[in-house]
Amino acid sequence: MLDRLIYLLGGLQLTLALLVCSLAVGIVWGLAIATMRLSPWRPLRLFAFLYVELIRGVPLLVLLLFLFFGLQGVVGRGVQVSAFWSAVAAFGLCYGAFIGEVFRAGIESVDPGQTEAARALGLSAWQTMRHVVLPQAVRNVLPALVNESVSLLKDTSLAAVIALPEVTQRGRLEVARTYETFEVWAMVAAIYLVLTLGLSSLARRLERGQKTVVHTDHSHPQPA
Amino acid sequence: MSTPIIRIRNLRKSFGPLEVLRGIHLDVAPGEKLVIIGPSGSGKSTLLRCLNRLEIPDAGYVEIDGIPLDDSRINLDRIRAEVGMVFQRFNLFPHLTALENVALGPRLVRKLPRERAEAVAETLLRKVGLAEKLHSYPETLSGGQQQRVAIARALAMNPKIMLFDEVTSALDPELVWEVLEVMRQLAQEGMTMLIVTHEIRFGAEVGDRMIFMDAGRILEEGAPKEMLRSPQHPRTRAFLERLLG
Repeated sequence: MLDRLIYLLGGLQLTLALLVCSLAVGIVWGLAIATMRLSPWRPLRLFAFLYVELIRGVPLLVLLLFLFFGLQGVVGRGVQVSAFWSAVAAFGLCYGAFIGEVFRAGIESVDPGQTEAARALGLSAWQTMRHVVLPQAVRNVLPALVNESVSLLKDTSLAAVIALPEVTQRGRLEVARTYETFEVWAMVAAIYLVLTLGLSSLARRLERGQKTVVHTDHSHPQPA
Repeated sequence: MSTPIIRIRNLRKSFGPLEVLRGIHLDVAPGEKLVIIGPSGSGKSTLLRCLNRLEIPDAGYVEIDGIPLDDSRINLDRIRAEVGMVFQRFNLFPHLTALENVALGPRLVRKLPRERAEAVAETLLRKVGLAEKLHSYPETLSGGQQQRVAIARALAMNPKIMLFDEVTSALDPELVWEVLEVMRQLAQEGMTMLIVTHEIRFGAEVGDRMIFMDAGRILEEGAPKEMLRSPQHPRTRAFLERLLG
C-alpha cells in the first residue's frame, strides 16, 4: 500500500512540472490572445477569435496526439520529438485560448471611466494599460485563473497517452503489473483530488477578498 | 477680452444619428470661470469632453492656449497636460492610495522621481483638506473626500484649465459643500474653470459668465446673476423655473 503510494507519487514531480510549464506558456500566450482580441486592428481580432474557436472545437487529447505523433510523422523517423515538450505545447496552446478569454473578460470588467481618467491625465495608452487597467484586471481574474489551473492540473493526466510517466501513467503501469485496478485507480483519483482541493481552497480565499469577480466558462466566444 | 485661452469654432459631434453638438462657438478668457447649464442630453458634458479629446469631434476647430486640437499626438499630449478634468463619478484608481492617485500623473507624464511626485501630491491633498487621508484607499473615503482627491489629482499636473463635469451630482447632499468649497478656493486663485453643473446658485456665485445649452446649441449666455434674474430665452426660463422651483 505504502510502496504503491510512493511509486504513484513519484509521478507527481512530472505532473507538477507539466502544470507549471504549461501554465507559464498559457499565461503568456493568453495575454497575447487577449491583447489581440481587444486590438483596434481587425485582422488581429479576427485571428484571435478564430484561434479561440479552433481550440474550443478540437479535443485537447486530439491536439496532444497531433502535436506528438503528427509532428513526428512530419519531421521524420530520425528526429525524436520530446514527449514532455509536446505535452507542454498542447496544454499551453489550449489553455492560452482559455486564459486569454479570462484576461479579456478581466480587462473589459475594468470601468471605462478608469481609462478616461488616466487618458485625461495625459497617460499614454500603454501607461494606462500597465498602471491602471492591468493591475485591476489581474485582481479581478485571479480566482478564475486558479480555476483554469485546476482544470489544467486534471488535464495533465492526458499526457499518459504519450507515455509520460506522470501520476496517471504510473497508475496504468501499476495496474499492468498488479491487476489491482480498483485500488490503484482509487489511489490515483485521491491524489488528484487532494491537489485540486488545495488549489480550489486557494481560489476561494482569493475570491473572498474580491468585489468584482470574473467568471468564465468554456463556451464559445463572442465574435470578433 | 484678452486673447482667449480656449477658442471653439463650429464644433459638431454626433453619436450615430443623434446630433449632440450642433455648431458651438465659444471663447474662454484666461482666468475666466464659465458655468455651463442646461438639461441632461443638451451636450454640456460632450462639449467638455471634446476639449481634451475624450470625444473626437466630427467637425469644427478647437484651440487651447494657441495649440490646435487635432489628430497630432504631440499636440494632444501637450493639451491633456494643460487641461485637468474632474468627473461626475470621481474615477479614482481603486488599487492606489490617495497619495498614489495624485502622484501618478506627475510621475508618469512629467517624469518626476517618486519622492518629488509624492511631495507634490501631499501638498495638494493638504490643500483640499485631506492631510489625514494620504494613505487611504478610495473605497474607504466618502464621496466628497473621493471627489476632493480627484480634484487634487487633476491639479497635480499643474493645468492651466480645469474642467468640472457635474462633479457634485453623484454626492450625498450633505457632502456637496466640501467639494464646492475647494472649487471656490480654486476660483479665487485665478484658475480658468469650465463648470458643468446643476448647482445653479453656486454657479452664479463663482461664475463670470453662464451659458445655457439645449439640444446641442448655446441658446443664451450672459452674466450669471443676470441670467438667473431675467432669462431671455423661453427655454432658459423654463429650465431655471424647473430647477429653482
